[in-house]
Amino acid sequence: MASQAPLAIEATGLVKDFGETRAVDGVDLAVRSGSVYGVLGPNGAGKTTTIRILATLLRPDAGSARVLGYDIVEEADSVRSAVSLTGQLASVDEDLTGRENLILIGRLLGLKRAGAKARAAELLEAFGLAEAAARLVKNYSGGMRRRLDIAASIVVTPRLMFLDEPTAGLDPRSRNQVWDIIRSLVAGGTTILLCTQYLEEADQLADGLAVIDRGKVIAEGTPGQLKASVGTGALHVRLLDPDQRTEAERVLGRELGAVHLDPDPAALTAQCSDADRGAEAVAALARSGVGIADFSLGQPSLDEVFLALTGHAAEEGPPEQPEVIEEEQPA
Amino acid sequence: MTTTPTTEIRSSPGADEAAVRKAIASTARPPRASALSAAFTFGWRGMLKVKHVPEQLLDVTITPVMFVLMFTYLFGGAVAGSTAAYLDYILPGILVMSVLFTTVYSGVALNTDLTKGVVDRFRSLPIWRPAPLVGSLLGDTVRYLIAGTVIIVLGVILGYRPGAGVTGVVAALALVITFSFGLSWVFTTMGLLLRTPNAVMNAGFMGIFPLTFLSNVFVDPATLPGPLEAFVKVNPISILVNASRGLMEGTASAGDIGIVLATAAALTAVFAPLTTRLYRRG
Repeated sequence: MASQAPLAIEATGLVKDFGETRAVDGVDLAVRSGSVYGVLGPNGAGKTTTIRILATLLRPDAGSARVLGYDIVEEADSVRSAVSLTGQLASVDEDLTGRENLILIGRLLGLKRAGAKARAAELLEAFGLAEAAARLVKNYSGGMRRRLDIAASIVVTPRLMFLDEPTAGLDPRSRNQVWDIIRSLVAGGTTILLCTQYLEEADQLADGLAVIDRGKVIAEGTPGQLKASVGTGALHVRLLDPDQRTEAERVLGRELGAVHLDPDPAALTAQCSDADRGAEAVAALARSGVGIADFSLGQPSLDEVFLALTGHAAEEGPPEQPEVIEEEQPA
Repeated sequence: MTTTPTTEIRSSPGADEAAVRKAIASTARPPRASALSAAFTFGWRGMLKVKHVPEQLLDVTITPVMFVLMFTYLFGGAVAGSTAAYLDYILPGILVMSVLFTTVYSGVALNTDLTKGVVDRFRSLPIWRPAPLVGSLLGDTVRYLIAGTVIIVLGVILGYRPGAGVTGVVAALALVITFSFGLSWVFTTMGLLLRTPNAVMNAGFMGIFPLTFLSNVFVDPATLPGPLEAFVKVNPISILVNASRGLMEGTASAGDIGIVLATAAALTAVFAPLTTRLYRRG
């Protein structure tokens, strides 16, 4: 990396096994201070396990990492004092109210009772949760829960924040709100490690990206570089007659290269680096007698990035059973 | 006090960007919370849950009432000649039994907690490592206190008159709660080792049930066959019951009390660090 900014995260050869499954298989990461670094990959790729190792929740079986200059094993408590974690499951207590959640975290971080109350009130106001402050979190909508979750992570402003799929399952409006909050955090100088399955999210927020598959980093770069390596976009075609898909696949393969058959039996997707070639491919389809219901040229999806980088689709990744919250069973 | 609606809250304003930026900029990191303060904060969390879900107190109040009424009136005449005489014998025993049964729920509650994302946040905080566990057990002692108080009040209503008066009863209650605090670490260890809350419940009662019934809670061990009598006499629950009866009647032996406290200390010394280690490695 060209910049001289110090590294907020420096990981070398991280490995984590869960029984027979190797969830993380030699991950290296270098994240500059003050940046948003995206870790992109399908479910089960090892993203959450990597985050949990860096946040000191899991010990790596091999490899080492420094977070903000502290060793994650030897100086775990110093790491904990400087970072905060917003997990994949909302890391808030559903049986308490929003205000109680924030006071609880404030007290645990060492604020006095009055200080914790004042901070909770300030955050509830800032995150648009003041009216819901006295309601139990189990009655919050997904978007409110996420905002509370992030508010809980900045009760004391962290120098580095781990965000694990912060917008999974949110409607577009809530998702935009969460993105705005993340941008504000970055503007305030917090470094962010963001795990996501959505290329668009990484594109919107991240300065740098690592793509993870089966526990390994398979590509690294800016979102722009990554997309360029895949082709700037994809041509999506839906046919009038699913029986013609084989013929369409042949034509598109000849015109554009790699073709991906969508789950929809009448749809297929081809990598397409520029609009002119896309238009020609559609014309070629029409000439060959394939009936087209509709077509579009779009940004590459994570699926397409994966197809290009690995030759297999994202959802074909190995099932990684301990990815979410599964407890590590003592031997 | 605001009431809690059960409906989903649908519309809400978003975050205010300027206010968010101000909130981010406005705090310095306070000094680390002390071990005691962190533990009490978790105790407070336990109390809040009781406040929001008061139904969870039902099992610590209804069950003891059922035990007292059932055993006194069903077996009293047969075992001790009269219900009044049996009440004097059995009340301290039922006090012990009810509170000990409640300790199993500490493990069940911990296991349930682990399935929630909030535990990840607790684990990522710079706090005294055992604080979440010690704190929730401190909160649980309030439940033990409620269960114990229900039994004693009911006993007094039914005609139980402890010889050592209020002081003796308070001392017995304190002893039972101290022992339960130690015992509950066994169940929190189970809570971390077993996969589901139900498994913790089953395994817990499989242990505590026979131990409680093979004690002097219900019958005088002198009436039992030899080998069984020998076991009942060394069962720590029998010793706890003896000490509690003694404290309530004013005839307690320092030896019994010492054994109870030493057992509680030993259970804590073994299972508290074990629980803490299991909790942190997640």
